[in-house]
Amino acid sequence: MSRPTPLRGVHESLGATLTDFAGWLMPLRYGSESAEHNAVRQAAGLFDLSHMGEIFVTGAQAAEALDYALVGHLSALEPGRARYTMIVNAEGGVLDDLIVYRLAPEEFMVVANASNYPRVAAELTERAKDFDAAVDDRSERYALVAVQGPRSTEILAALTDADLDGLKYYAGLPATVAGREALIARTGYTGEDGFELFVAAEDAEPLWAALTEAGAPHGLVPAGLSARDTLRLEAGMPLYGNELSADHTPFEAGLGRVVRFDKPGDFVGRAALEARKDVPPARRLVGLVATGRRVPRHGYSVVVAGEGTIVGTVTSGAPSQTLGRPIAMAYVDNGLTSGLAVDIRGTHEPVDVVELPFYRRKK
Amino acid sequence: MSSIPEDLQYTKEHEWVSGAEDGITLTVGITAHAADALGEVVYVKLPEVGEAVTAGTPIGEVESTKSVSDVFAPVGGEVVEVNETLDANPALINSDPYGDGWLFRVRLEGSADDLLSAAEYTALTSGEA
Repeated sequence: MSRPTPLRGVHESLGATLTDFAGWLMPLRYGSESAEHNAVRQAAGLFDLSHMGEIFVTGAQAAEALDYALVGHLSALEPGRARYTMIVNAEGGVLDDLIVYRLAPEEFMVVANASNYPRVAAELTERAKDFDAAVDDRSERYALVAVQGPRSTEILAALTDADLDGLKYYAGLPATVAGREALIARTGYTGEDGFELFVAAEDAEPLWAALTEAGAPHGLVPAGLSARDTLRLEAGMPLYGNELSADHTPFEAGLGRVVRFDKPGDFVGRAALEARKDVPPARRLVGLVATGRRVPRHGYSVVVAGEGTIVGTVTSGAPSQTLGRPIAMAYVDNGLTSGLAVDIRGTHEPVDVVELPFYRRKK
Repeated sequence: MSSIPEDLQYTKEHEWVSGAEDGITLTVGITAHAADALGEVVYVKLPEVGEAVTAGTPIGEVESTKSVSDVFAPVGGEVVEVNETLDANPALINSDPYGDGWLFRVRLEGSADDLLSAAEYTALTSGEA
Protein backbone atom coordinates (compact mmCIF):
# COMPACT_ATOMS: atom_id res chain seq x y z
CA MET A 1 0.00 0.00 0.00
CA SER A 2 1.25 3.43 -0.89
CA ARG A 3 1.46 5.98 1.91
CA PRO A 4 -0.69 9.06 1.48
CA THR A 5 0.68 12.55 2.14
CA PRO A 6 -1.18 14.98 4.44
CA LEU A 7 -2.67 16.48 1.26
CA ARG A 8 -4.31 13.32 -0.05
CA GLY A 9 -7.83 14.67 0.52
CA VAL A 10 -6.98 17.82 -1.42
CA HIS A 11 -5.63 15.83 -4.36
CA GLU A 12 -8.73 13.65 -4.44
CA SER A 13 -11.06 16.63 -4.31
CA LEU A 14 -9.13 18.16 -7.23
CA GLY A 15 -9.61 14.97 -9.24
CA ALA A 16 -5.92 14.17 -9.42
CA THR A 17 -4.65 11.04 -11.09
CA LEU A 18 -2.79 9.42 -8.21
CA THR A 19 0.20 7.17 -8.65
CA ASP A 20 2.63 5.22 -6.53
CA PHE A 21 5.98 6.97 -6.39
CA ALA A 22 8.72 5.65 -4.11
CA GLY A 23 6.07 4.03 -1.92
CA TRP A 24 3.96 7.18 -1.69
CA LEU A 25 0.56 7.89 -3.16
CA MET A 26 1.28 11.06 -5.13
CA PRO A 27 -0.57 13.24 -7.64
CA LEU A 28 0.69 12.48 -11.14
CA ARG A 29 -1.42 15.20 -12.75
CA TYR A 30 -4.61 17.09 -12.02
CA GLY A 31 -5.67 17.63 -15.62
CA SER A 32 -3.37 18.35 -18.52
CA GLU A 33 0.28 17.76 -17.63
CA SER A 34 1.45 20.05 -20.44
CA ALA A 35 -0.80 22.83 -19.12
CA GLU A 36 0.73 22.32 -15.66
CA HIS A 37 4.23 22.38 -17.15
CA ASN A 38 3.53 25.58 -19.08
CA ALA A 39 1.90 27.24 -16.06
CA VAL A 40 5.13 26.77 -14.09
CA ARG A 41 7.21 28.25 -16.94
CA GLN A 42 4.85 31.20 -17.51
CA ALA A 43 3.04 31.85 -14.19
CA ALA A 44 3.24 29.44 -11.24
CA GLY A 45 2.56 25.90 -10.13
CA LEU A 46 1.76 24.44 -6.70
CA PHE A 47 3.34 21.10 -5.81
CA ASP A 48 2.93 18.64 -2.95
CA LEU A 49 6.40 17.34 -2.13
CA SER A 50 5.57 15.90 1.27
CA HIS A 51 7.16 12.59 0.29
CA MET A 52 10.61 14.14 0.71
CA GLY A 53 12.51 13.40 3.93
CA GLU A 54 13.55 15.93 6.56
CA ILE A 55 16.40 14.74 8.78
CA PHE A 56 17.70 17.05 11.50
CA VAL A 57 21.31 16.98 12.66
CA THR A 58 21.91 19.00 15.79
CA GLY A 59 24.59 19.49 18.41
CA ALA A 60 27.94 21.15 19.05
CA GLN A 61 29.61 19.02 16.36
CA ALA A 62 26.71 18.82 13.92
CA ALA A 63 28.70 20.69 11.26
CA GLU A 64 31.76 18.47 11.67
CA ALA A 65 29.60 15.35 11.58
CA LEU A 66 28.08 16.45 8.25
CA ASP A 67 31.52 17.34 6.85
CA TYR A 68 32.50 13.73 7.56
CA ALA A 69 29.22 12.18 6.40
CA LEU A 70 28.70 14.11 3.13
CA VAL A 71 30.88 15.24 0.20
CA GLY A 72 30.13 18.94 0.79
CA HIS A 73 31.73 21.48 3.12
CA LEU A 74 28.78 22.05 5.41
CA SER A 75 30.72 23.66 8.28
CA ALA A 76 31.40 26.54 5.87
CA LEU A 77 27.69 27.11 5.32
CA GLU A 78 26.33 30.22 6.97
CA PRO A 79 23.16 29.92 9.04
CA GLY A 80 20.18 30.66 6.80
CA ARG A 81 21.82 29.25 3.71
CA ALA A 82 21.38 25.94 1.90
CA ARG A 83 23.61 23.76 -0.23
CA TYR A 84 23.13 21.02 -2.80
CA THR A 85 25.30 18.04 -1.83
CA MET A 86 25.49 14.27 -1.86
CA ILE A 87 26.01 11.31 0.40
CA VAL A 88 28.24 8.63 -1.14
CA ASN A 89 29.38 5.19 -0.06
CA ALA A 90 33.03 4.26 0.62
CA GLU A 91 33.49 3.53 -3.10
CA GLY A 92 32.26 6.99 -4.07
CA GLY A 93 28.91 5.76 -5.43
CA VAL A 94 26.03 8.18 -4.87
CA LEU A 95 23.57 7.07 -2.17
CA ASP A 96 21.44 10.20 -2.50
CA ASP A 97 21.53 13.82 -3.52
CA LEU A 98 20.52 16.22 -0.78
CA ILE A 99 19.81 19.80 0.07
CA VAL A 100 21.21 20.77 3.47
CA TYR A 101 19.91 23.85 5.27
CA ARG A 102 21.84 25.37 8.14
CA LEU A 103 19.03 26.66 10.33
CA ALA A 104 21.27 27.72 13.23
CA PRO A 105 24.98 27.28 14.07
CA GLU A 106 24.25 23.88 15.61
CA GLU A 107 21.13 22.87 13.67
CA PHE A 108 20.95 21.47 10.14
CA MET A 109 18.05 20.07 8.12
CA VAL A 110 18.98 17.48 5.51
CA VAL A 111 16.34 17.05 2.81
CA ALA A 112 16.57 13.63 1.18
CA ASN A 113 14.64 11.89 -1.57
CA ALA A 114 11.53 9.91 -0.70
CA SER A 115 12.97 6.60 -1.87
CA ASN A 116 16.16 7.09 0.12
CA TYR A 117 15.55 8.97 3.32
CA PRO A 118 15.28 6.02 5.72
CA ARG A 119 18.66 4.86 4.46
CA VAL A 120 20.10 8.37 4.59
CA ALA A 121 18.91 8.75 8.18
CA ALA A 122 20.49 5.41 9.10
CA GLU A 123 23.78 6.31 7.40
CA LEU A 124 23.89 9.73 9.04
CA THR A 125 23.23 8.16 12.43
CA GLU A 126 26.09 5.70 11.91
CA ARG A 127 28.48 8.32 10.53
CA ALA A 128 27.71 10.82 13.31
CA LYS A 129 28.21 8.39 16.18
CA ASP A 130 31.73 9.60 17.06
CA PHE A 131 30.63 13.25 17.06
CA ASP A 132 28.72 15.33 19.56
CA ALA A 133 25.69 15.36 17.27
CA ALA A 134 22.20 13.90 17.22
CA VAL A 135 20.39 12.69 14.10
CA ASP A 136 16.60 12.84 14.13
CA ASP A 137 14.43 11.81 11.19
CA ARG A 138 11.41 14.13 11.39
CA SER A 139 10.05 13.34 7.94
CA GLU A 140 6.72 12.12 9.34
CA ARG A 141 6.05 15.43 11.00
CA TYR A 142 6.65 17.64 7.97
CA ALA A 143 4.76 18.48 4.85
CA LEU A 144 6.47 20.23 1.96
CA VAL A 145 4.63 22.45 -0.49
CA ALA A 146 6.39 24.21 -3.37
CA VAL A 147 5.35 27.28 -5.34
CA GLN A 148 7.40 27.48 -8.52
CA GLY A 149 7.35 29.89 -11.41
CA PRO A 150 7.92 33.55 -12.32
CA ARG A 151 4.86 34.73 -10.35
CA SER A 152 5.71 32.82 -7.17
CA THR A 153 7.16 35.80 -5.29
CA GLU A 154 4.00 37.88 -5.78
CA ILE A 155 1.83 34.97 -4.70
CA LEU A 156 3.76 34.19 -1.55
CA ALA A 157 4.20 37.87 -0.65
CA ALA A 158 0.42 38.12 -0.17
CA LEU A 159 0.62 35.55 2.63
CA THR A 160 3.73 36.52 4.58
CA ASP A 161 5.58 39.49 6.01
CA ALA A 162 8.91 37.76 5.38
CA ASP A 163 11.43 39.65 3.27
CA LEU A 164 11.20 37.54 0.12
CA ASP A 165 13.21 39.97 -2.00
CA GLY A 166 16.04 39.63 0.48
CA LEU A 167 15.90 35.84 0.41
CA LYS A 168 18.65 34.56 -1.86
CA TYR A 169 18.56 31.47 -4.06
CA TYR A 170 19.48 28.51 -1.85
CA ALA A 171 18.58 30.19 1.40
CA GLY A 172 15.96 29.46 4.02
CA LEU A 173 14.02 31.76 6.35
CA PRO A 174 11.72 30.83 9.25
CA ALA A 175 8.52 32.85 8.89
CA THR A 176 4.77 32.84 9.19
CA VAL A 177 2.85 32.00 6.01
CA ALA A 178 -0.94 32.32 6.09
CA GLY A 179 -0.73 32.29 9.87
CA ARG A 180 1.29 29.06 10.03
CA GLU A 181 4.90 28.58 11.00
CA ALA A 182 6.97 27.68 7.98
CA LEU A 183 10.51 27.50 6.75
CA ILE A 184 10.53 29.38 3.46
CA ALA A 185 13.31 28.15 1.20
CA ARG A 186 14.18 29.67 -2.15
CA THR A 187 14.86 26.35 -3.81
CA GLY A 188 13.18 24.12 -6.33
CA TYR A 189 13.49 21.53 -9.01
CA THR A 190 11.88 23.16 -12.00
CA GLY A 191 14.42 25.60 -13.40
CA GLU A 192 12.25 28.50 -12.27
CA ASP A 193 12.40 30.92 -9.39
CA GLY A 194 10.29 29.63 -6.54
CA PHE A 195 9.88 28.59 -2.95
CA GLU A 196 9.63 25.42 -0.96
CA LEU A 197 7.61 25.71 2.25
CA PHE A 198 8.28 23.26 5.07
CA VAL A 199 5.36 23.14 7.50
CA ALA A 200 3.93 20.84 10.13
CA ALA A 201 1.89 18.06 8.53
CA GLU A 202 -1.36 19.38 10.03
CA ASP A 203 -0.77 22.81 8.47
CA ALA A 204 -0.45 21.48 4.94
CA GLU A 205 -4.12 21.70 3.96
CA PRO A 206 -4.74 25.26 5.19
CA LEU A 207 -1.47 26.39 3.61
CA TRP A 208 -2.44 24.78 0.29
CA ALA A 209 -5.85 26.47 0.43
CA ALA A 210 -4.32 29.87 1.17
CA LEU A 211 -1.79 29.54 -1.65
CA THR A 212 -4.51 28.40 -4.06
CA GLU A 213 -6.59 31.46 -3.25
CA ALA A 214 -3.69 33.92 -3.33
CA GLY A 215 -2.37 32.38 -6.54
CA ALA A 216 -5.57 32.26 -8.55
CA PRO A 217 -5.28 35.82 -9.93
CA HIS A 218 -1.68 35.08 -10.94
CA GLY A 219 -2.42 31.90 -12.85
CA LEU A 220 -1.24 29.44 -10.18
CA VAL A 221 -2.37 25.88 -10.82
CA PRO A 222 -1.72 22.65 -8.91
CA ALA A 223 0.96 20.64 -10.69
CA GLY A 224 1.75 16.95 -10.37
CA LEU A 225 4.79 14.73 -10.58
CA SER A 226 4.47 14.39 -14.33
CA ALA A 227 5.00 18.12 -14.87
CA ARG A 228 7.69 18.15 -12.20
CA ASP A 229 9.59 15.48 -14.11
CA THR A 230 9.47 17.24 -17.48
CA LEU A 231 10.38 20.56 -15.85
CA ARG A 232 13.40 19.12 -14.08
CA LEU A 233 14.48 17.29 -17.23
CA GLU A 234 14.39 20.52 -19.26
CA ALA A 235 16.40 22.14 -16.47
CA GLY A 236 18.96 19.32 -16.69
CA MET A 237 18.54 18.34 -13.04
CA PRO A 238 19.42 14.78 -12.09
CA LEU A 239 16.89 12.39 -10.58
CA TYR A 240 18.01 9.76 -8.12
CA GLY A 241 17.43 6.33 -9.61
CA ASN A 242 17.78 7.70 -13.15
CA GLU A 243 20.88 9.91 -13.48
CA LEU A 244 22.20 9.20 -10.00
CA SER A 245 22.82 5.84 -8.35
CA ALA A 246 25.39 3.97 -6.32
CA ASP A 247 26.85 2.80 -9.66
CA HIS A 248 27.94 6.33 -10.54
CA THR A 249 30.24 8.83 -8.86
CA PRO A 250 29.36 12.54 -8.83
CA PHE A 251 32.05 13.08 -11.53
CA GLU A 252 30.28 10.95 -14.12
CA ALA A 253 27.07 12.85 -13.48
CA GLY A 254 28.89 16.11 -14.22
CA LEU A 255 28.50 17.11 -10.56
CA GLY A 256 32.12 16.83 -9.43
CA ARG A 257 31.92 20.41 -8.18
CA VAL A 258 29.88 19.28 -5.18
CA VAL A 259 32.81 17.14 -3.93
CA ARG A 260 34.86 19.41 -1.68
CA PHE A 261 38.32 17.91 -1.33
CA ASP A 262 39.51 21.23 0.11
CA LYS A 263 37.49 20.85 3.31
CA PRO A 264 39.29 19.81 6.50
CA GLY A 265 39.39 16.22 7.66
CA ASP A 266 38.42 12.92 6.15
CA PHE A 267 34.98 12.13 4.75
CA VAL A 268 33.27 8.94 3.70
CA GLY A 269 34.27 8.26 0.09
CA ARG A 270 37.22 10.69 0.01
CA ALA A 271 39.90 8.14 -0.90
CA ALA A 272 37.80 6.54 -3.62
CA LEU A 273 36.78 9.88 -5.10
CA GLU A 274 40.32 11.33 -4.98
CA ALA A 275 41.54 8.33 -6.91
CA ARG A 276 38.97 9.05 -9.61
CA LYS A 277 38.85 12.81 -9.75
CA ASP A 278 41.56 13.21 -12.38
CA VAL A 279 40.68 10.10 -14.37
CA PRO A 280 38.24 10.89 -17.16
CA PRO A 281 35.15 8.79 -16.53
CA ALA A 282 34.36 6.13 -19.14
CA ARG A 283 30.94 7.64 -19.64
CA ARG A 284 29.52 11.05 -18.93
CA LEU A 285 26.05 12.49 -18.71
CA VAL A 286 24.95 14.39 -21.81
CA GLY A 287 21.80 15.91 -23.22
CA LEU A 288 20.16 14.45 -26.32
CA VAL A 289 17.62 16.13 -28.57
CA ALA A 290 15.72 13.82 -30.90
CA THR A 291 15.33 14.91 -34.50
CA GLY A 292 12.11 12.90 -34.88
CA ARG A 293 9.02 12.66 -32.74
CA ARG A 294 9.56 9.36 -30.96
CA VAL A 295 10.80 9.73 -27.40
CA PRO A 296 14.08 8.25 -26.11
CA ARG A 297 13.12 6.82 -22.71
CA HIS A 298 14.82 5.56 -19.57
CA GLY A 299 16.77 2.38 -20.33
CA TYR A 300 16.93 2.72 -24.13
CA SER A 301 20.36 2.22 -25.71
CA VAL A 302 22.37 4.99 -27.32
CA VAL A 303 24.08 3.70 -30.46
CA VAL A 304 26.43 4.91 -33.19
CA ALA A 305 24.14 6.02 -36.03
CA GLY A 306 24.30 3.79 -39.08
CA GLU A 307 26.37 1.21 -37.26
CA GLY A 308 24.53 0.19 -34.13
CA THR A 309 27.36 -0.18 -31.61
CA ILE A 310 25.94 0.52 -28.16
CA VAL A 311 27.75 3.50 -26.62
CA GLY A 312 25.38 4.59 -23.88
CA THR A 313 22.08 4.39 -22.04
CA VAL A 314 19.24 6.88 -21.72
CA THR A 315 18.52 7.80 -18.10
CA SER A 316 15.47 10.07 -18.58
CA GLY A 317 13.51 11.17 -21.61
CA ALA A 318 10.31 13.04 -22.38
CA PRO A 319 8.69 15.30 -24.94
CA SER A 320 9.85 18.86 -24.20
CA GLN A 321 7.15 21.51 -24.19
CA THR A 322 9.74 24.24 -24.37
CA LEU A 323 11.81 22.85 -27.26
CA GLY A 324 8.93 21.16 -29.05
CA ARG A 325 11.04 18.05 -29.53
CA PRO A 326 11.78 14.98 -27.40
CA ILE A 327 14.76 15.40 -25.07
CA ALA A 328 16.74 13.00 -22.94
CA MET A 329 19.67 12.67 -20.62
CA ALA A 330 22.00 9.75 -21.19
CA TYR A 331 25.31 8.29 -20.07
CA VAL A 332 27.41 8.14 -23.23
CA ASP A 333 31.02 7.02 -23.84
CA ASN A 334 33.26 9.98 -23.15
CA GLY A 335 34.18 12.05 -26.18
CA LEU A 336 31.26 11.12 -28.41
CA THR A 337 29.45 14.31 -29.37
CA SER A 338 27.91 13.53 -32.76
CA GLY A 339 26.70 10.76 -35.01
CA LEU A 340 24.53 9.14 -32.37
CA ALA A 341 21.08 7.57 -32.41
CA VAL A 342 18.80 6.01 -29.82
CA ASP A 343 17.41 2.52 -30.27
CA ILE A 344 13.71 3.25 -29.89
CA ARG A 345 11.94 -0.08 -29.85
CA GLY A 346 14.13 -1.54 -32.55
CA THR A 347 14.57 1.52 -34.78
CA HIS A 348 17.62 3.79 -34.59
CA GLU A 349 16.35 7.36 -34.33
CA PRO A 350 19.00 10.10 -34.80
CA VAL A 351 19.73 12.45 -31.88
CA ASP A 352 21.85 15.57 -31.43
CA VAL A 353 24.17 15.77 -28.42
CA VAL A 354 23.78 19.05 -26.55
CA GLU A 355 25.11 20.64 -23.39
CA LEU A 356 22.84 20.56 -20.35
CA PRO A 357 20.54 22.15 -19.37
CA PHE A 358 18.02 22.23 -22.22
CA TYR A 359 16.27 25.19 -20.65
CA ARG A 360 17.63 28.11 -18.66
CA ARG A 361 15.29 30.79 -17.39
CA LYS A 362 15.91 34.41 -18.29
CA LYS A 363 17.03 36.31 -15.20
CA MET B 1 -14.75 6.77 -14.30
CA SER B 2 -14.13 6.52 -18.02
CA SER B 3 -17.04 5.88 -20.32
CA ILE B 4 -17.36 2.50 -22.01
CA PRO B 5 -19.88 2.77 -24.88
CA GLU B 6 -22.32 -0.15 -25.03
CA ASP B 7 -22.35 -0.40 -28.79
CA LEU B 8 -18.64 -1.13 -29.27
CA GLN B 9 -16.52 -4.22 -28.82
CA TYR B 10 -13.18 -4.26 -27.01
CA THR B 11 -9.86 -6.04 -26.63
CA LYS B 12 -7.80 -6.86 -23.56
CA GLU B 13 -5.25 -4.41 -24.96
CA HIS B 14 -7.73 -1.56 -24.37
CA GLU B 15 -8.74 -1.00 -27.94
CA TRP B 16 -12.27 -0.58 -29.19
CA VAL B 17 -13.70 -1.90 -32.43
CA SER B 18 -16.79 -0.41 -33.96
CA GLY B 19 -19.64 -2.45 -35.30
CA ALA B 20 -18.90 -2.87 -38.97
CA GLU B 21 -20.83 -0.32 -40.96
CA ASP B 22 -20.68 -2.28 -44.18
CA GLY B 23 -20.31 -5.62 -42.53
CA ILE B 24 -16.64 -5.90 -43.41
CA THR B 25 -14.73 -2.75 -42.45
CA LEU B 26 -14.11 -2.16 -38.76
CA THR B 27 -12.92 1.05 -37.10
CA VAL B 28 -10.34 0.75 -34.32
CA GLY B 29 -9.33 3.12 -31.54
CA ILE B 30 -8.07 3.05 -27.98
CA THR B 31 -10.46 3.31 -25.07
CA ALA B 32 -10.94 6.32 -22.83
CA HIS B 33 -9.64 4.17 -19.99
CA ALA B 34 -6.37 3.61 -21.85
CA ALA B 35 -6.13 7.23 -22.97
CA ASP B 36 -6.55 8.39 -19.35
CA ALA B 37 -3.89 5.96 -18.17
CA LEU B 38 -1.44 7.05 -20.87
CA GLY B 39 -1.80 10.75 -20.23
CA GLU B 40 -1.43 13.26 -23.02
CA VAL B 41 -0.69 11.56 -26.30
CA VAL B 42 2.11 13.31 -28.19
CA TYR B 43 2.73 10.98 -31.13
CA VAL B 44 1.02 8.08 -32.87
CA LYS B 45 2.69 5.66 -35.24
CA LEU B 46 0.03 3.98 -37.34
CA PRO B 47 0.19 1.06 -39.79
CA GLU B 48 0.35 1.67 -43.54
CA VAL B 49 -2.75 1.55 -45.71
CA GLY B 50 -2.70 -1.75 -47.55
CA GLU B 51 -0.79 -3.52 -44.79
CA ALA B 52 -1.99 -7.02 -43.96
CA VAL B 53 -2.35 -7.46 -40.21
CA THR B 54 -2.80 -10.45 -37.92
CA ALA B 55 -5.00 -10.29 -34.83
CA GLY B 56 -2.99 -9.74 -31.65
CA THR B 57 0.20 -8.47 -33.28
CA PRO B 58 1.69 -4.98 -32.65
CA ILE B 59 1.25 -2.69 -35.66
CA GLY B 60 1.88 0.77 -34.25
CA GLU B 61 2.50 2.75 -31.10
CA VAL B 62 0.95 5.47 -29.00
CA GLU B 63 3.44 7.75 -27.29
CA SER B 64 2.40 9.91 -24.35
CA THR B 65 4.32 12.26 -22.11
CA LYS B 66 5.07 9.46 -19.69
CA SER B 67 5.06 6.22 -21.65
CA VAL B 68 4.74 4.41 -24.95
CA SER B 69 2.36 1.57 -25.72
CA ASP B 70 1.94 -0.79 -28.63
CA VAL B 71 -1.10 -0.61 -30.85
CA PHE B 72 -2.30 -4.12 -31.67
CA ALA B 73 -4.37 -5.38 -34.55
CA PRO B 74 -7.64 -6.43 -32.86
CA VAL B 75 -8.64 -8.53 -35.85
CA GLY B 76 -6.92 -9.91 -38.91
CA GLY B 77 -7.32 -8.25 -42.29
CA GLU B 78 -6.09 -5.37 -44.41
CA VAL B 79 -5.66 -1.80 -43.23
CA VAL B 80 -7.81 0.34 -45.54
CA GLU B 81 -7.61 3.78 -43.89
CA VAL B 82 -5.63 5.51 -41.15
CA ASN B 83 -6.59 8.64 -39.24
CA GLU B 84 -4.09 11.10 -40.67
CA THR B 85 -5.37 13.99 -38.57
CA LEU B 86 -3.66 12.36 -35.58
CA ASP B 87 -0.28 13.22 -37.06
CA ALA B 88 -0.88 16.91 -36.48
CA ASN B 89 -3.22 16.50 -33.51
CA PRO B 90 -2.48 13.32 -31.53
CA ALA B 91 -4.30 14.76 -28.49
CA LEU B 92 -7.59 13.90 -30.23
CA ILE B 93 -7.03 10.46 -28.70
CA ASN B 94 -7.45 12.06 -25.27
CA SER B 95 -10.21 14.49 -26.13
CA ASP B 96 -12.37 12.22 -28.29
CA PRO B 97 -11.15 8.62 -28.07
CA TYR B 98 -14.34 7.09 -29.51
CA GLY B 99 -14.83 9.76 -32.17
CA ASP B 100 -12.25 11.92 -33.94
CA GLY B 101 -9.46 10.09 -32.12
CA TRP B 102 -10.02 6.82 -33.98
CA LEU B 103 -6.80 5.15 -35.21
CA PHE B 104 -7.41 3.08 -38.35
CA ARG B 105 -9.91 1.01 -40.30
CA VAL B 106 -9.38 -2.60 -41.22
CA ARG B 107 -11.22 -4.84 -43.69
CA LEU B 108 -11.91 -7.98 -41.74
CA GLU B 109 -10.62 -11.29 -43.01
CA GLY B 110 -11.82 -14.32 -41.11
CA SER B 111 -13.77 -13.85 -37.91
CA ALA B 112 -13.59 -11.48 -34.95
CA ASP B 113 -14.42 -13.96 -32.23
CA ASP B 114 -12.04 -12.85 -29.48
CA LEU B 115 -13.51 -9.40 -28.90
CA LEU B 116 -15.04 -8.45 -25.57
CA SER B 117 -18.48 -7.00 -24.98
CA ALA B 118 -18.84 -3.67 -23.17
CA ALA B 119 -19.84 -5.58 -20.02
CA GLU B 120 -16.78 -7.83 -20.26
CA TYR B 121 -14.48 -4.87 -20.82
CA THR B 122 -16.04 -3.00 -17.91
CA ALA B 123 -15.29 -6.01 -15.71
CA LEU B 124 -11.71 -6.09 -17.01
CA THR B 125 -11.04 -2.44 -16.25
CA SER B 126 -12.72 -2.47 -12.85
CA GLY B 127 -10.48 -5.40 -11.93
CA GLU B 128 -7.46 -3.23 -12.70
CA ALA B 129 -8.59 -0.25 -10.68
